[in-house]
Amino acid sequence: MSLWVDKHRPRVLDDLHYHAGLSARLRALAASGDFPHMLFYGPSGAGKKTRIACTLRELFGKGAEKLKIDQRVFMTPARRKLDVNVVQSNYHIEITPSEVGNYDRVVIQELLKEIAQTQQVDLSAKQRFKVVIINEADSLSRDAQAALRRTMEKYMSNMRIILCTNSTSKLIAPIKSRCLLVRVAAPTTEEMIDVLRHVGRKEGFDVPDKIAHEITEDANGNMRKAVLVLEALKMQSTDLDKPLTIAKPDWETYCHKVGDMIIQEQSPARVMEVRAKLYELLSHCIPPTIVLKTIAERVVQQVDESLKAEIMHWAAIYEVRMRIGNKKIYHLEAWVVKVMSLYKHLFYDINMTDFDD
Amino acid sequence: MSFFKQQGAKAPQKQAVDPQHQPWVEKYRPKTIDDVSAQEHTVAVLRKTLTSSNLPHMLFYGPPGTGKTSTILALARQLFGPDNFRSRVLELNASDERGISIVREKIKNFARQTPRAQAVASDGNAYPCPPYKIIILDEADSMTQDAQAALRRIMETYARITRFCLVCNYVTRIIEPLASRCSKFRFKPLDSSSTSSRLAYIATSENVSVTDDVISTLISTSHGDLRRSITYLQSASRLSASTDPPTQITPSDIQEIAGVVPDTVINDLAATLGVEPISGDATSRRANGFDEVRKKVKGIIREGYSASQILSQLHDLVIEHPTLTARQKSRCALVFAEADKALCDGADEELQILEVGLRVHKALSP
Repeated sequence: MSLWVDKHRPRVLDDLHYHAGLSARLRALAASGDFPHMLFYGPSGAGKKTRIACTLRELFGKGAEKLKIDQRVFMTPARRKLDVNVVQSNYHIEITPSEVGNYDRVVIQELLKEIAQTQQVDLSAKQRFKVVIINEADSLSRDAQAALRRTMEKYMSNMRIILCTNSTSKLIAPIKSRCLLVRVAAPTTEEMIDVLRHVGRKEGFDVPDKIAHEITEDANGNMRKAVLVLEALKMQSTDLDKPLTIAKPDWETYCHKVGDMIIQEQSPARVMEVRAKLYELLSHCIPPTIVLKTIAERVVQQVDESLKAEIMHWAAIYEVRMRIGNKKIYHLEAWVVKVMSLYKHLFYDINMTDFDD
Repeated sequence: MSFFKQQGAKAPQKQAVDPQHQPWVEKYRPKTIDDVSAQEHTVAVLRKTLTSSNLPHMLFYGPPGTGKTSTILALARQLFGPDNFRSRVLELNASDERGISIVREKIKNFARQTPRAQAVASDGNAYPCPPYKIIILDEADSMTQDAQAALRRIMETYARITRFCLVCNYVTRIIEPLASRCSKFRFKPLDSSSTSSRLAYIATSENVSVTDDVISTLISTSHGDLRRSITYLQSASRLSASTDPPTQITPSDIQEIAGVVPDTVINDLAATLGVEPISGDATSRRANGFDEVRKKVKGIIREGYSASQILSQLHDLVIEHPTLTARQKSRCALVFAEADKALCDGADEELQILEVGLRVHKALSP
């Protein structure tokens, strides 16, 4: 018994519910035999991976779905061993080079050359080339991206590369200019409701309008999240008729609590309490950027209009510092203190003016 | 098809690629240095070397897609011909391991070999085939400082029998001692007339019908990068040919392929930030400015547009805006610059675009 997300994931391009134009293009490209390197980008949960899998199926037929997981060992020039998990079928191979951090260049060079220099052995295969899927391409280091450049041109006859990424900002221009860019936008509310209804019908029940709207609102364009939430709700009550509350993830409520604490009181003692909570969040592996963003969103909901822009401004600044710096907690705390001081200043000024009057 | 056969004979060591599926960038790579577009000065200098058989060490630099690699490859072909090409030319690029150990072993070994005797050209043409080898270091700016330093002496010691050609985008990343050993050639971005003539040539030889609008969109989206515009053209022609019935390529197709954000989206965002000429309802808009801006930004992020692309297009719009004052523009420019730096450092896209939106909004409100 698998999750609904996987169970009802579309397997062929015809089953996809939205972006019909895009599906038509992908089908046409797969049929033409002249398949370019591709770069799929879009927010998470928009359906990039699903589309890639469907395209592969279109290219190679059912064989592309027989996956096996393999562990490869690569050797760095400094004789360090790297273990990388690869998912592969007879026709394609899928890697997440960011797993190995700084050594991603080695993996890219070795693996791609190995694949590029062997031709397709299966004579009955529909295509002469193999496909390499690179996940999280935006976290590839510059060196690794540079290593891709010439390889992509040189071995075009044996290999196509599909890059999958959230944003194209961190990819170097030469890579972008060698790929066909495919933007996968998040689905609109109506499209998401359609999909939810479809999943409901497959499972043998109707999704009430109100529930569907609430779920899509909460999911914010993330289809995966929406389907997961729907399944969770269904587990809570089989009829979906009682007034249901969409359970927020623990970390989110926790972050909201931190936001409230900042607003309630601004004092050194409170900073210490917030600090303990932040540590708790970080030690549960919640990405610090998400923590910062969630708290900031919560805080700006409750403060005066004049402060909102300022709070977001500092959030942006400390977020960058967090990326560049090493210890995340310093910057999170610095932002908390900054917000507290801004908040206090605002009140202070208002009190003063009142006093003057 | 004689065109392809000839090429196949020239490079027999390459795996046979079905010419129809070959990227056009490779297919239409210049075969001789005279074919290189728009780099008159460099071509004129290099043409002399074909006759005098004297070649300095060279450093080619310039933005991507201006023909640096094509020029040196074409020159090497013309100098040595297909039969000597393999034994006389070593091409290394960033996809090869190029640490200091490779410089010490592979490059040094190749550099100190005495050039082999000239093989008889099989295609009947006479090639100058001068008595030296060429080592092409493509994308040399991604070599480490140490590796570059190790090259210094090698370049001098074997200068008699080996010439180096470094190819890079940023000449400042090449250490000074190396740069001073080479004669430098700057490749300038292609002007629009030579780009358009090259694109038109490719389009006619591939039987793709393109309008002038499409060509001008290609030029404007690729910023003087010929490779990029050729790739876009090929992708667009693939897409248009694969639909049934084949449709004409439109400028908006090109924009979508190039990842350009549609003008309507940018104008809409700009209007929310108050860039448009300030009308009567501007005050009411400013009253709930924060929420408006945030909603717009969230919408754009959901659409999946790239933040750096939004930034550069918004920048163009603001800087060329007719009614904004110089002071407002310079404030905005500051905001854009800081956000661009932050994005390069890997900052969160949504936060940065929101930050840009809010600060531009603030800068524009009196």
